[in-house]
Amino acid sequence: MPLDVRVATSMAEAASLLASDQRTKLLSGGTLVMRDVNEGRLLDGTLLRITDPAFRQMNTSGARIELGAGVTLAMVLNNRDLAYLHAAARAVGGPAIRQMATIGGNLFAETPYGDFAVVLLALDAQVMVQSGYSSARAIALEDFLNARERGVSGLVTSVQFARPQHAADFRFCKVSRVKPKGLSVMSIAAHLPNAGGRISQARIAYGAMAPTPVRARGVERALEGKTLDATSIQAAKAAALEGTRPATDAIATDWYRREVLPVHLGRLLTAEGH
Amino acid sequence: MAKTPVQFRLNGSERAAFTDAAENLLTTLRRSLNEFAPKYGCGQGTCGVCTVLIDGEPQLACLTLAVACEGRHVETASGMAEGPNLHALQVAFMDNFAAQCGFCTPGMLMAARALLDRNPSPSRQDVIEAIAGNICRCTGYEPIIRAILAAAGAHGQQRA
Repeated sequence: MPLDVRVATSMAEAASLLASDQRTKLLSGGTLVMRDVNEGRLLDGTLLRITDPAFRQMNTSGARIELGAGVTLAMVLNNRDLAYLHAAARAVGGPAIRQMATIGGNLFAETPYGDFAVVLLALDAQVMVQSGYSSARAIALEDFLNARERGVSGLVTSVQFARPQHAADFRFCKVSRVKPKGLSVMSIAAHLPNAGGRISQARIAYGAMAPTPVRARGVERALEGKTLDATSIQAAKAAALEGTRPATDAIATDWYRREVLPVHLGRLLTAEGH
Repeated sequence: MAKTPVQFRLNGSERAAFTDAAENLLTTLRRSLNEFAPKYGCGQGTCGVCTVLIDGEPQLACLTLAVACEGRHVETASGMAEGPNLHALQVAFMDNFAAQCGFCTPGMLMAARALLDRNPSPSRQDVIEAIAGNICRCTGYEPIIRAILAAAGAHGQQRA
């Protein structure tokens, strides 16, 4: 039975269709699923499209940001309220890919893709997942990514996170061999809120340093309660590799990734060259 | 397997075709509508040779579901000229030797047009970012960048 296409007019309908047939795949921006179609990895089953406007809705003016899973990276770039995310959104693909690639799809992109998921991880985002006709439940992005390899059931409807208090608290860098567009040697996102000049509840996340985006807990511990200075940055660099499991691929070896990670982390924290 | 009808505007003309349900737009354009300007390169969204404008925005035809284009406006490099008059970008590509083998050219032109439609006076960096998703293996990019900047200048002179 060849591939079929269905259209769901509501998220509840889409979640129900996904739950009822494991061979049904959600087609959001198409940048992941259509590749599989073109390369013959996806030959049968159903591609599901969603026309519910809520799937592409953004609530960006308040303290709590919500981005529908179908929001594209171009939509992020066109939204002034999300200026602190523009550098990260611009780091994904070229303009045509950004017109198509979605926030929700990025959560499923395999390393070394998925740089925007790294950003969301550093923002402590929650993923809203709907199963069948029940209401959506919130899952911490870190748990969601850990479960991804086992296969996530349900429909990702949106992601939510708290707006950084100051845009300067949020930093991102993508290291690639080709500029301005290239696959990640690694990407690093850092959210560094501070209280009275001391870092409080830092969140650092890496892309392409493990099978999924990961938190850099050693770095977060090293920075907690410290001022951002040469001493604390040195401690952060010393803890940079904790929890990493980089792969060797066409872009870089695992050895190279480990060698250069502390360098780029240090530059990001000192805001040099990023 | 039953075919699915799809109808959209292609370079200003209403066109219709019967497609396989999961067929990509590039296949529909090339096989059903004899529109050969967009090329099949990688099929992965990496090379940009299939770049088209859909409702004025650049998208990759190889990753776009054809039936999702129902009722929309698809533009390719074939629709850039107005009768015998080439678009300023096409003239600039010739004048600046921005095409060598020509395989990437239709995609480059559409990426460049999307840029100039939005930003008529781009900087060099704007141009570099606009064609970042399009691969050229012949010219080394510099003639293409020069051509796009020249076309922007020509456009500006026409407006003045």
